[in-house]
This record gives sequence, structure tokens and C-alpha cells, in this order.
Amino acid sequence: MLTALLSRLGQMVLVMFGISVVAFLIFFATPGADPSARIAGRNASQETLVQVRHDFGLDRPLPVQYALMMERLFISRDLTSFVNRGQKVVPTVLEAIPITLSLVLGAAVLWVLGGLIVGVVAGATRGTWLDRTLMILSLIGVSIPVFWLGEVANLVTQSRWHDSWLFSWVPPLGYIPFTEDPWGWFKALVIPWFTLATLYIGLYGRVLRASIIETMQEDFIRTARAKGIGERRVLMHHGLRTSLVAFVTMFGLDFGALVGGGALLTEVVFGLQGVGKLTYGALQTLDLPMILATVIYASFFVVMANFIVDVAFVFIDPRVRDAH
Amino acid sequence: MIETRPKPLVRTSDLSKHYPVGRSPFQRRIVHAVEQISLDIFPGETLGIVGESGCGKSTLGRCLVRLTEITSGSLEFEGRDITKASQRQLRPIRRQMQMVFQDPAASLNPRRRVGDLLADPFRVHEKLSRSEMADRVEDLLVRVELLPEHAQRFPHEFSGGQRQRIGIARALALRPRLIVADEPVSALDVSIQAQIINLLADLRDEFNLTYVFIAHDLSVVRQFSSRVAVMYMGSIVETGPVDAVFSAPRHHYTIALRSAVPVPDVDNRPAQRIILKGDLPSPLDPPSGCRFHTRCVAATSMCRHERPVLSLVDKNHFVACHHPRAG
Amino acid sequence: MPTDKPLLVVENLCVSFRTEGGVVPAVSGVSFSLERREIIGVVGESGSGKSQTLLAILGLISSPNAVVTGSVRFLGQELLGLRRRALDAVRGRQIGMIFQDPMTALTPVHTIGDQIIEQIRAHERVSRTAARKRAVDLLDAVGLPSPDSAVDRYPHQLSGGMRQRAVIAMALSCNPALLIADEPTTALDVTVQAQILELIGRLRDEFGSAVILVTHDLGVVAEVADRVLVMYAGRVVEEGGKGQLFREPLHPYAWGLFGSIPPMHGPRPARLTAIPGSPPKLSQMPQGCAFGPRCAFRHDACAAQPSLGGAGGHRSACFLPQDRRQELRRTLAAGAVPA
Repeated sequence: MLTALLSRLGQMVLVMFGISVVAFLIFFATPGADPSARIAGRNASQETLVQVRHDFGLDRPLPVQYALMMERLFISRDLTSFVNRGQKVVPTVLEAIPITLSLVLGAAVLWVLGGLIVGVVAGATRGTWLDRTLMILSLIGVSIPVFWLGEVANLVTQSRWHDSWLFSWVPPLGYIPFTEDPWGWFKALVIPWFTLATLYIGLYGRVLRASIIETMQEDFIRTARAKGIGERRVLMHHGLRTSLVAFVTMFGLDFGALVGGGALLTEVVFGLQGVGKLTYGALQTLDLPMILATVIYASFFVVMANFIVDVAFVFIDPRVRDAH
Repeated sequence: MIETRPKPLVRTSDLSKHYPVGRSPFQRRIVHAVEQISLDIFPGETLGIVGESGCGKSTLGRCLVRLTEITSGSLEFEGRDITKASQRQLRPIRRQMQMVFQDPAASLNPRRRVGDLLADPFRVHEKLSRSEMADRVEDLLVRVELLPEHAQRFPHEFSGGQRQRIGIARALALRPRLIVADEPVSALDVSIQAQIINLLADLRDEFNLTYVFIAHDLSVVRQFSSRVAVMYMGSIVETGPVDAVFSAPRHHYTIALRSAVPVPDVDNRPAQRIILKGDLPSPLDPPSGCRFHTRCVAATSMCRHERPVLSLVDKNHFVACHHPRAG
Repeated sequence: MPTDKPLLVVENLCVSFRTEGGVVPAVSGVSFSLERREIIGVVGESGSGKSQTLLAILGLISSPNAVVTGSVRFLGQELLGLRRRALDAVRGRQIGMIFQDPMTALTPVHTIGDQIIEQIRAHERVSRTAARKRAVDLLDAVGLPSPDSAVDRYPHQLSGGMRQRAVIAMALSCNPALLIADEPTTALDVTVQAQILELIGRLRDEFGSAVILVTHDLGVVAEVADRVLVMYAGRVVEEGGKGQLFREPLHPYAWGLFGSIPPMHGPRPARLTAIPGSPPKLSQMPQGCAFGPRCAFRHDACAAQPSLGGAGGHRSACFLPQDRRQELRRTLAAGAVPA
């Protein structure tokens, strides 16, 4: 078990190394993407370019460049943005993390609960009007673009009915740190949470429903029924437990991707300065150090989430435990 | 008097098949699926291979037609060594040896018509015109007691027994000398099973086929085979003429296996049933010495340390046991 | 409660499924009764309706398109149409069930101990510790080695035979008066099958359970059953004591079945007396006797549906004259089949 864990950790490090190399090569070694030209600015003289190259170590061999870059990213942490001179990349990313985490964590709680409820209720009442209603609602949830939903939510809560008793509590767009004002943090995020979760509730509800319906055809469900233990227990204790595999896999992947910057649209709509928005801005200005930092950060979360999913499987499914 | 024995069609000596299990190289372990099997299979005979699941009988069958790589030992077909023959070298030999599987549905492409499936072997091995091909396919279908118009149907339109007939027709297409049948009737209902056994027996007489008939059902093997080999954990523990092995088994595993078969007869019940204790040991961690000693009634310390080899106990009857039951 | 009434009375049980092509009958008018401590074997090939009969008795047909009619009285109580709660008081407690494939019959994510405890605690007010103790005792009784540790094992950690023992232990956990076993040994190797059959035979002596054993294997029936039902295409075609039915089977289908099984003793027949053709599709049931199209003795009377008849508890659904049956059977075995 421990060796399995260690080898998995080793794999994680390896994957992240690979991603950092690829990201580095794409942005620094692609022909035409001369970083020194970007740093030196428009119409810079040849001397300035040479100077810049030297200062940033861009005239050294690629592996050295890579090592230098990693050194400045992880050890000295003084890598600065090419665009906003003097802005250190690492602290900027670190500042954005809590915002994104707050957004995604809250939404994740909502969508896991919502997905479970929708999936179980629809799976248990398969073919009834309740099942059909839930599935239509989920389909709508899956289909609504998140930016549209966010804008509508803003329209309603920030302008139309902002002065009514219903939405007067909604703070202006933006993020309020939890450490400063927990209640304010909650109020500022609750609408983004629901907005972001809507899609995933629909998605997870549908996947779980399908999975439960499939599981309920299994032989062991028949055995459970033959034991005379009541349908609710059959469903929750035998059906749901075994249906969670797809659910957990999806959750790991989605959570990792969202924390890694996938919540961009929600962040933009609600004026949250999270990682997604940071990455987006960096890509627009081709701010290479910032891009590199956010990509590595994102890969860390995706890889981490995969790892957590694997560990979760060990608890959900004893067969996985023994396969190691 | 010098006995002139025919040359064996298939000969294996010390044939072994090992394969690794486990995901990472550190946890990899070797399963000895087939261990040092030496067999001669003579033209026209039907060799039954019996044993319980995991005994290696199917792996042995696949080795015999070189559907899987052989780890060590040698395999000869018609006197030619084909142990290491490449797929290209095997191609002409493939016509001579065919396989019939337990689940014909799994080996028939569901999107193709039966006629096309049966024409495949001709496309690969013979240059025939369209009408010649259609004739041959029709002959095959009729020969396995299906109807010519069945060529236009898809595999799923057939019942299990009919699909097995298609599987047999395909194996038969190129007039092979050897057919290895791996549990060909075990997925079928009893009444259908009997039809297929009868069909296989008719084909044997008609085309002078040599069969290797792999099955876990002893009564089916008894009915169909002339000689039988009993396998346990990758090795042959007893082999000989069917009547000898079934009526006077010598190996204690064969004896237990034989007595475990439920007989649909209320008057001729076996006097006493031997019930083997425990389960098959893990093939990853096989017992030392005689593989069967952990469950054997006659095991002694010798059995724990020394591996018995097949030795002659009666005419053509070999047993790998230190303490075989008296004949 | 001592009673001379039968333990289980099944009357005119019918199961059919609504499909796009119309209503398809799976079980048609099956009737039988079972005494206490009796072992009855139900034999048939796939599609004979034997498994559906069992599932219907326990209300386990979950398809919304299934229609189950008739009557199933267990200890005088009608089980068909019973509300779920009342049914659950019977299932698992008074009727235990063993399924065909032990590989898939147990929930993979719970230990076998938890699954047995769950059943005990669903029916009796006992503590978890007491239930666990009983689970260990049961596993011991069905011959699972080292039951103390086996109780905490997951199904996939046990071999097929061991899993089937665990399933049997679970079925026995509330001391049921009736045990229903659907092909309990089909997925097992022959030496393991022998172990399980011996166990099932012992259950009657030690637990006093009656058993309905469904199987396709006549050998298994000969091994453990007292009485035998032979099913074909959803109907019982022959019923009788084991001795009667094995010595002098009355129905041509039973003759064909016996002829299809290669013997383990004596001379080997050159050919097996197989039954020609294949069982009818449920959606295309022939008129009259369903076995007619495969029967060598088919005659005009067979256009009607025969009903079970006969004397001395040995009955068959066939129009052939009773007194000539054994003679006809011998002609079939000799291969001299009338045209």
C-alpha cells in the first residue's frame, strides 16, 4: 500500500516535470516566439535585445534556460512579469489562488449535493414524471452557458431588483477575503457558486442516474432484495455505493480543471480576480513568465486531483485496494 | 515383433507457457500456466483434455495451434518444428490446424453476414471466383446442418447451437487435419450439446479429422474422445485411453474428479463420493513437489518435495504420481 | 407451528412480459407444492421459465413490463401482490435465496460479514456483535475455512466456491423454512460443485430447510432432490418422485434430455439421442404442445395443449398412451424413430 502510494507520488512529480518542460518549450523555444523581443518592447534596438537576452539568460542553451526559469519560479521566486515590469509572478498567482479555491470549493459542495440528490431521486423513480422533470431540468442546466447565466444573475441581483428586499443583501461584484469578513465572503460568492454549479449539477445528476439504473440491474441488487431489507436500503447501501465510481472520477477531473483555471468565465462575469482570469490576461498579453507559472500551477491541481481520486477509489471500492 | 506406430501429427516436448501478471515491474509475478508438457497426438485420434478452471487446458490448446507464443520447449506439426515459426511461416500451416471456441458469438463479427464470414478463409488462402466461393460456403453450411439461405443472415440471428455450427463450419473451411476445440459445447443447453457432439463426431469420420477436445465436463469428454489427458495446475497428471482413465483412474486427482461428477441415474450411484478438501492453490504460489499434495489423500513427505513425472502404469496409460492407486 | 399443510403451494403461476412484439409468456400455469424438509428439483434448459418461476415466487421480477398472475401461498400466506413491507418480512427471513453466479451475487463493496449481518439485523432485534458472532458461526457451518477472518473479507477475495458458501450462509442466516437455489453450482468447477451439493443436502438435516433447486443438470437433481419437475417452454411437462422420473420418465422431452447426456458408466453409444431443433422462442410459441415440433412421436392430438396427468404422483403433459410410453422410449433410444 505504502509503496503504491510512493510510486504514485513519483509519477505525479514526473508528470508535472513533463508538463513544465512542454510549457517551457512551447512558449520559449517555439520559432518566432522570441521572448527577448517581447521584453524589450516595440522597435527596440539590436543592442537592447542583446542586453535583454543576456540579462534574462536567453542566450544560454535551452536546458540551462529551463533550469534558470525553474530556479526563479520555485526557489528564488523572483521571476517577474514581462508585461507589468516589476510584478512578481509567484506572489500574484498565490494571491489569486484563494479566490479561485473559494469559488470552486463552494460550487463543488453544491454540485456534489445537488448531483447526488438529482441522480438518486431520478434513478429511484425511473420512468415517472419526477424522473422526467429532473432530467429535463438537468438538461437545461447543462445547456445554459455559464456566462449567460452569470450575466442574468448579475442583471437581476445587481441592477433590476437590487433595490428590492429580495436582493439588497448582494454585495457589489468582486471578492471579499474570508479572513476579513466571512459573512461578506459568503454573500459575495453565493451567487457565483450557484452559477458555476448549475452545469455540474445537471451533468452529475444525469451521469449518476444512468450509473444507478445500471447498477440496479446487477445480480447483487437482486440478492439484496431477496434478503428482505427494504428498497431504500437496497438503493442507498448497495446501489449508490457501487455507482459512485463514475461520479468520483468526474469530480476529480472537473475539480482539478476548475481550480486550475477552468472557472475563467465565472470569474470574469463576477469580477473575481482568480487564476482563470489571471491566465486569460497573461495569454492576451503573451506574458510568458505568468503563463508558465499558471500552467504549472494548473497542472499541479489536475495531477493532485487525479491522485485524490485514486485514493478515494481505494475507499470506495475494495477491489481497487487489492489490485495495488 | 516391431510395432509400427504412425508418426504423430503434433508432438510437444516440455512445452511450457509462462506469463507475467501484475502492473508494475516490481510486483510482476510469473504464472506457470502450462508446465513442461510432452504429448504426441496421432492422426485420427481425439485427445480429450480435462481439468478444472485455471488448470491450463485452454492455454495448452492455444499453444498447440500457436495462437500464443510458447515460452519454452518445442512444438512440432507434421514433423516440422513450429515452436518459433513466424506468422508468415505459419500461414500455410494454419490451414491444417484450426480452433473452435466456447463462445462462437465472440469470434464472429456481428456486422458481417455469415456467408462473408465463412468466405474469409478462402479469400486469405485460396484464389476463388465469386461463384466458386458461394458454392463452397453453401457446402459448408449444409455440412454443418444449416441451410444455404443462412449465408445472408447476421450472427445474432442465430441461436447458440447454430452459432457454434457456424464456428465449426469456419474451422472446417480449409479442410484442416487438426481441430482444437476449446469447450465447444459447454455454453450450450444439454439437448443442443448432444447435437453438436454428434456433428463433431460425424465430421471426424467424414474428413478424417484429428481433434484436441478441451472440456471440463467429464461425461462429454468420455463420450467424444479416444484418449484423455487430465490436467491439474498446468501439468498433465494422468493420460491414457478413455476407458482406462475413466473406469480405473490411478491418479488421486482423477479419482476425485471422476467421483465428483453428478450422474443422472438413481440406481448406479457411486458407492462413495470423494470430496476434495479446500480450493485450488493460487497459481502464483503453487505448492512444492507434487502440485496436488495439498489436497491429496495419499500425500507423503516425498510428495511435498519431489515432483512426480509421468510414468507408464499400463498399456498407454501414464500417471504422474508417487503413490498411484493400484490398477 | 406444526401443520400438515404444505409449506409452499404454487397454483397456476404465470409470468409474461409486455414487449414491442406483444405479450410474451415466460411461465404458463405452473403449479406445484412443497412439503416441509422436502427438496424439489426443477430441471429445464434456458428459456424453460425455471428461473422466472423462482423469481416470481419471491417477487423478484423487477421489470415494470412483467405481469405475474396466479397464486403463491407460503405457510398459508399469499405472496403474490403482497406489499413490499410484508414481503420483506418473509424474504430473507423465512425464505432464503441462493443465486447462480456467486461472482456477481454479492455486493462488491461490502464485506461478506457486513452483508450477512445486514440480513440478520433486518429481521431480528439483535446487537451488531451478536449478529457478527452468528455470521461467523454460519460461515463455519457452511465450511468456510477460518471463518473468523473470512467474515471481514470482501467477495472478490474469495474463490468461487467460497463465495457460494458465503451466499448460502447468508441465505441461511435467519433459519429459513425454505431455501430457493437458482443453479447454485452451475458456475462452479465439478469438485467444488460436489462440495456445495453435499452442503445443500446437509442443510435439510441440520437446518430443517426445504429446498427448491433449479438446475439444467439432471445429475445434480439425481444427487440431492426428492422430487423433480421438468419444465419446457414455460410449462411443467413432467413431475414425479426422483426414482420414478429417473427410472421411467414419461415425457418425450425427458427422454431426449436423458438421451442427450453422455453416460459415465458402461458402453459409450455411437451417437447421442439428441433432441432435434431448438427450444421455441418465447415470442413464437407453437400451437398446442410446445415440444411438438421437436418430438418424434408427434400426432394429431398434439395440436391441443396437453395438461399434466397421471397416477401415483408421477404426472406428465403428453397425449401418448400411458401404457406404451416405456416401449416408445426404447424405440427412441434404439434410434428407430417413427417417421
